[in-house]
Amino acid sequence: MTVIPVERAERADQGGRPVLEARGLTKHFPVRHGARQAVVHAVEDVTLTLPDGGITAVVGESGSGKSTLARMLAQLIKPTAGAVLLDGEAAPARRRYARQVQLVLQDPFSSLNPVHSVRYHLARPLQIHGVNGARNGPRNGPGNQQSLDSLVTDLLTRVSLTPAEQFAAKYPHELSGGQRQRVAIARALAVQPRVLLADEPVSMLDVSIRLGLLNLLAGLREREGLTILYVTHDIASARYLADVIAVMYAGEVIESGPAAQVTDQPAHPYTQLLLSAAPDPDRTQPPSLAGRGATPNLIRPPSGCRFHPRCPHAMQVCAQNRPPAVEVALGHSSACWLHAQGLTPAQSQPLPGAGRNTDHQPGPDAGPGPTSGKE
Amino acid sequence: MSAQAVMGADDILIDVTGLCVDYGLGDGAVHAVVDAELTLRRGEVLGLAGESGSGKSTLAYAITRLLRPPGVITAGQARFGSSVNLLTAGQRQLRGLRWNEIAVVLQSSMNALNPVLSIGTQFSDVLRAHRPEMTRATRRAKSGELLEMVGIPADRLGNFPHELSGGMRQRVMIATALALDPSVVILDEPTTALDVVTQREILEELMALRDRLGFAVLFISHDLSLLVEIADSIAVMYAGRLVERAGANAIFRAPRHPYSLGLLSSFPSLHGPRRVMEGIPGSPPDLRNAPAGCSFHPRCGFAFDRCRHDPPPLLDLDAGTRAVSCWLQDGTAMVPAELARAVPAGPAVAAGQPGSADPAPIGGQP
Repeated sequence: MTVIPVERAERADQGGRPVLEARGLTKHFPVRHGARQAVVHAVEDVTLTLPDGGITAVVGESGSGKSTLARMLAQLIKPTAGAVLLDGEAAPARRRYARQVQLVLQDPFSSLNPVHSVRYHLARPLQIHGVNGARNGPRNGPGNQQSLDSLVTDLLTRVSLTPAEQFAAKYPHELSGGQRQRVAIARALAVQPRVLLADEPVSMLDVSIRLGLLNLLAGLREREGLTILYVTHDIASARYLADVIAVMYAGEVIESGPAAQVTDQPAHPYTQLLLSAAPDPDRTQPPSLAGRGATPNLIRPPSGCRFHPRCPHAMQVCAQNRPPAVEVALGHSSACWLHAQGLTPAQSQPLPGAGRNTDHQPGPDAGPGPTSGKE
Repeated sequence: MSAQAVMGADDILIDVTGLCVDYGLGDGAVHAVVDAELTLRRGEVLGLAGESGSGKSTLAYAITRLLRPPGVITAGQARFGSSVNLLTAGQRQLRGLRWNEIAVVLQSSMNALNPVLSIGTQFSDVLRAHRPEMTRATRRAKSGELLEMVGIPADRLGNFPHELSGGMRQRVMIATALALDPSVVILDEPTTALDVVTQREILEELMALRDRLGFAVLFISHDLSLLVEIADSIAVMYAGRLVERAGANAIFRAPRHPYSLGLLSSFPSLHGPRRVMEGIPGSPPDLRNAPAGCSFHPRCGFAFDRCRHDPPPLLDLDAGTRAVSCWLQDGTAMVPAELARAVPAGPAVAAGQPGSADPAPIGGQP
């Protein structure tokens, strides 16, 4: 048992050179709403920087837009507005981009093809991207095949699936959930990317093996300097793994900062709510929730601050204008009018009924919005 | 914890001893539950923790006789109260028991609601089946009452399931389970698919209802950190066997089984310095091919020779307040310090910095 070395925590503050950046990313999904066309405001003006060799966590509930953000960063979906920058420049086209940025999906039971062996899963990206001359084709010689095999073995060893030769011959159904997710990570590593986007990589796995996988990600960063985006709904695991946490609510980043600081001194009322609701065996008294209810309907998102209908501190201004992100401590910013106006929660003049919103509002729209994915 | 203070034979609602459940027959049978022992007392919240495949849901299905083929109960006893033998009860007797005395909220019960019937109709169905004497108007009134009880306005009785959010559907399921005022409610992963805030709200409501109505809860969950918060006592299952049973606080502060210890150190904390934690190496066994001896030994850092050959019995510890199935605790072996912590006195860990009392970090390298 070791305390996490100080360098690891400090690296976040120094903010290594940004590798991947989201600049004002916005995604609106068109949907049919009754007879009319409507728009789901899934992600709104998100700016996020992934520093070189850092682990950034995006934390949010279902429907907060965290997966949409990850998919935009992977260029699987096209943003409505905003840009993705790689090394400060406009990101290159799909295949060249994929060589640098790879995505690992949530469900290892559906992200691997059941009819193909582990070797096939890992060899494909090596061949397609021609990693280390491993391009395979009708003319491939025996030497080529050999180097392909050794690359596959190397990948499996890097994700601790040993003996690698045995695992390479297996099929997905012969592997446990944790082993499958390791294969999925190995597949992403095949092209030697610099950035790994992990969308809920452990939420489908058994509790006892989740930490092993998180430690694998931490090790990849530590040993190989991989830059990682960790998307999760579990703020405790984000605190464990990441240098920086960005909290999303209803499509917007509402707070971001060094991981321990965001969880120890949460600034935004929503982050406070999230932390008070999280399971915590150290808690001695039942928590009191400030801001009950559910995420809003994103077809008609609330005006101003999207959290204001639930916020216990909501003021007049919160319903009118979107709060700017204000730095509350070094590298720690919060998008809340309390901080923008330099008020403490006690000084706020909440509107009557503030924070009393619940998800029991009548109307068919109270149901889960089209964007709310499964967790 | 109050439930444990008043002990007496009358208080025991469900008593399970030596229960074994197989899937399939003969040599190919998978032993899903082996020698399970459980006692649920009046008003108690008993947490049943375990990973997928540990047999926790199978155990619940067996107790309620909802087990479907190829599941077979091969041994053991399960009693309800002092008179009813749950395992031999006939269909008529079970019919009188289910929902009236033992209600079940199944896993992913959000999808258990019939999508083409309104909420009100589904409430009415339950009441009509079990309380045939009720008039339509009484049923309607009672349904509204039940819905209000879980914090949903009665005018939503006319809604269909798709018009409700996930949290509300789960509340409806809990309300239907409570429709006939049962003495036992079995909840199988009731909040797993929900967001944390919604999960917390539902737990709050559930605990408030428990205080008001006095039913006992068997709460099945993979989330041990959640169970520590809400349960009075906790039973931990691994590969079909009960490995440890103790008070919630005792198990959290002073686990006696290496698996409980490992499970507890699999949940990163929200407080204190960030530490590298190890979790549990390896993965849960395939029950078709379970390891010999103690089924946890391949993943256990403390395993010794005996663990590889003989399955450990469930041993009573600490004057019968807890039970552990581990050879380390049979009195002959040296118990590692991590598994021999003193149980803190008092029901709550209370004042001061929780956790700081114990400098030994949880889940150290064995």
